[in-house]
Amino acid sequence: MRLTGSQIFVEVLIEQGVDILFGYPGGAVLNLYDELYKSSDRIQTVLTAHEQGASHAADGYARATGRTGVVLATSGPGATNLVTGIATAYMDSVPMVAFTGNVATSLIGRDSFQEAYIEGITLPITKHNYTVRRVEDLADTMRSAFRIAQSGRKGPVLVDIPKDVTANSCEFTPKEPELIRTVTQVNDALARQAAAMINEAQRPLVCFGGGVRSAAGCQPLRALLEKADIPATHTLMAAGVLDYGDPRNLGMLGMHGCFTANKAMAEADLVLAIGTRFSDRVALNPETFTSAKVIQIDIDPSEMGKNIALDLSITGDASYVLQAILPYVEPALHKDWMAQIVAWRKMDYRPIDSDRVLRPHQLIDELCRQAGPEAVYVTDVGQHQLWAAQYLHHTKSRGFLTSGGLGTMGFGYGAAIGAQMALGRRQRVIMLTGDGSFHMNLNEGCTAVSYQLPIITVIFNNQVLGMVRQWQTSFYGKRYSSTDPHRKTDFVKVAEGFGAKGYRAATLEEFRTALADALQQEGPSWIDCRIDKDERVLPMIPGGGDIRDIIME
Amino acid sequence: MTQQSLPRPEDRRRVISLLVDNHSGVLARVSSLFNRRGFNIDSLTVSATNDPAVSRITVSTHGNDRDIDQLILQTERLEVSRQVFELDLENSLQRELLLLKVACGSRQRAELKEIASIYKAKIIDLSPDSMVLELTGKPEKIDAFLKMFSEYEILELCRTGVTALERGGKHEHIQKPPQEIRDYQFPMPGRGLAGGASSQ
Ligand SMILES: Cc1ncc(C[n+]2csc(CCOP(=O)(O)OP(=O)(O)O)c2C)c(N)n1
Ligand SMILES: [Mg+2]
Repeated sequence: MRLTGSQIFVEVLIEQGVDILFGYPGGAVLNLYDELYKSSDRIQTVLTAHEQGASHAADGYARATGRTGVVLATSGPGATNLVTGIATAYMDSVPMVAFTGNVATSLIGRDSFQEAYIEGITLPITKHNYTVRRVEDLADTMRSAFRIAQSGRKGPVLVDIPKDVTANSCEFTPKEPELIRTVTQVNDALARQAAAMINEAQRPLVCFGGGVRSAAGCQPLRALLEKADIPATHTLMAAGVLDYGDPRNLGMLGMHGCFTANKAMAEADLVLAIGTRFSDRVALNPETFTSAKVIQIDIDPSEMGKNIALDLSITGDASYVLQAILPYVEPALHKDWMAQIVAWRKMDYRPIDSDRVLRPHQLIDELCRQAGPEAVYVTDVGQHQLWAAQYLHHTKSRGFLTSGGLGTMGFGYGAAIGAQMALGRRQRVIMLTGDGSFHMNLNEGCTAVSYQLPIITVIFNNQVLGMVRQWQTSFYGKRYSSTDPHRKTDFVKVAEGFGAKGYRAATLEEFRTALADALQQEGPSWIDCRIDKDERVLPMIPGGGDIRDIIME
Repeated sequence: MTQQSLPRPEDRRRVISLLVDNHSGVLARVSSLFNRRGFNIDSLTVSATNDPAVSRITVSTHGNDRDIDQLILQTERLEVSRQVFELDLENSLQRELLLLKVACGSRQRAELKEIASIYKAKIIDLSPDSMVLELTGKPEKIDAFLKMFSEYEILELCRTGVTALERGGKHEHIQKPPQEIRDYQFPMPGRGLAGGASSQ
């Protein structure tokens, strides 16, 4: 069958099971968009307001489903606008394939109109990237891109397609999608060794991260915790994997993790780290972080011992490794250890309710009560993000989408659009944002209106860049340099301007009513919630510190 | 450029061999990774191999065991890398080529000729006021040879960097973990919004 590059593009997308493509058109991708138009019954294209939004949408789609998110942008500025989205996905190991158009091969390297060397630009922020120079290579290159994005440790892959490649034609042979390869074989001796260490431990602790969410299933983790009576703490990336109410779930670890989790880490005699890379926001001081023996399980061998010293490492998909270990683990009860943890819990930071002003934890409690544990919660970056991680009552392993590794303000709206498109309108999607982050990418409000997406956005409006301001409060003598912008934005009017619904809430009662109304809307809405600018995220361990440096008030 | 750290006492000279796909842009991927991860590279050579699809990159660096493990694991992660391994300095053959141009009037010719003959270096060019010497050998030999020139004026100097092979038969160094095949995609979550509503 002889097809043009553009036809091949669409055929391979369909062959790879792509149902939605986020993107933005332009000169270099006109041929591709023309073919997508003709195939709009087979594949849906979603037009965003900005390529960055499209890249975050592809990312949100992938985080919400585990499937590969796909984004398409034109050459030059279209391609460079994807960069933040690709880097965000790379840092959090999200499977994504980004396609960019480029000028014709004869014009490449001549500083042609809208030419950018996107392969070079994205080299350090992709798992791999390609420029397709011949139409004959297009189909197999695309197939490789999809395979690489999903294999092993997942991540973004970029395919750059010059315009003449989309116009030229060649013979096309349809193929079945290649099966994904992942590390599932576990060395039995290592599994026994890990189990022996677990059986011996008096104060074992599991610490899990985003790798558990992308592992084939989280069930073996729950089974292990139950069988050997082990408490568990998680990183920001793994919020929601264990039930909020589970007594063995200590909550979040690290800079803004709770006292109990950080204390347990310091006092444990064995730490089983699963799908986490001990980033500098978790192991703030890699030397004093824990004195326990450490077993690390990760799909990426290059993570082994990268940040902290290990006693044992097992490479593989977390769920397979745990399944291999589980039979050798003896049922146990760690009564003293659990009692100690219960005692520490009494010392955890507890925010005080207010009936006068809106406090973040009360706002989030109310949000959970109305939107329910089955909702998908998406965040931006800042204080509101950490409050969300601390106070949301999660129960879904893919129900908390946040930019952890890169910490990208402006991630939220695009990601919420991707999640809502992927899961359908019956799925409740809630975005928690700050006034600073929302200002970055609220342009995607128009996309939510175009596609009638019932996304509810809760703006934690403290009128400041709160997270940075908090550091200035604690470490820079309250010199609030560039964190207090005095913006006069009326978010209700902005909503109306976009054709969305806007609400304002200054008290819990107002928030309750606004949210109840927002939940009835067919399209997008946002609630401007006024909170005090001096609200802080607590507890906090300063960078490079340890449990002894924890700030609780 | 990333600031490079000074060698520490526990650092040793290391030679790492990378067998990589022979495509354009592969070297850029490898060297970008070194720079990004802060690895200090002393020399780097790239060459063809007997397999036209594969080229060999030989990296000479200093580091402790942990650094080298990381370097190997990180480079193995690149899509273009096939095998990455450290060469045991005892059991491998290492060679480097030096071209050295020294200032040399007629009175110094004899001395320089003598140094050259002791080290088995070749004189490959001679002019009234300079001489060019060529020497092949282990990096240590070249270092020692260069020490002999502290009293002379070196005009220009060029070293190729280490190229190296293991002794004995062909070696396999597959370190990538065993992989198994799994389903290609996660179950479809159901098509987007009701009927794929599109506003275009
Ligand atoms: C794109 C980007 N620029 C800058 C930062 C640094 N930064 C981290 S949090 C923050 C403030 C966020 O303000 P806001 O969205 O209002 O959230 P708040 O902390 O007030 O809840 C800033 C500027 C960032 N993470 N991302
Ligand atoms: Mg704010």
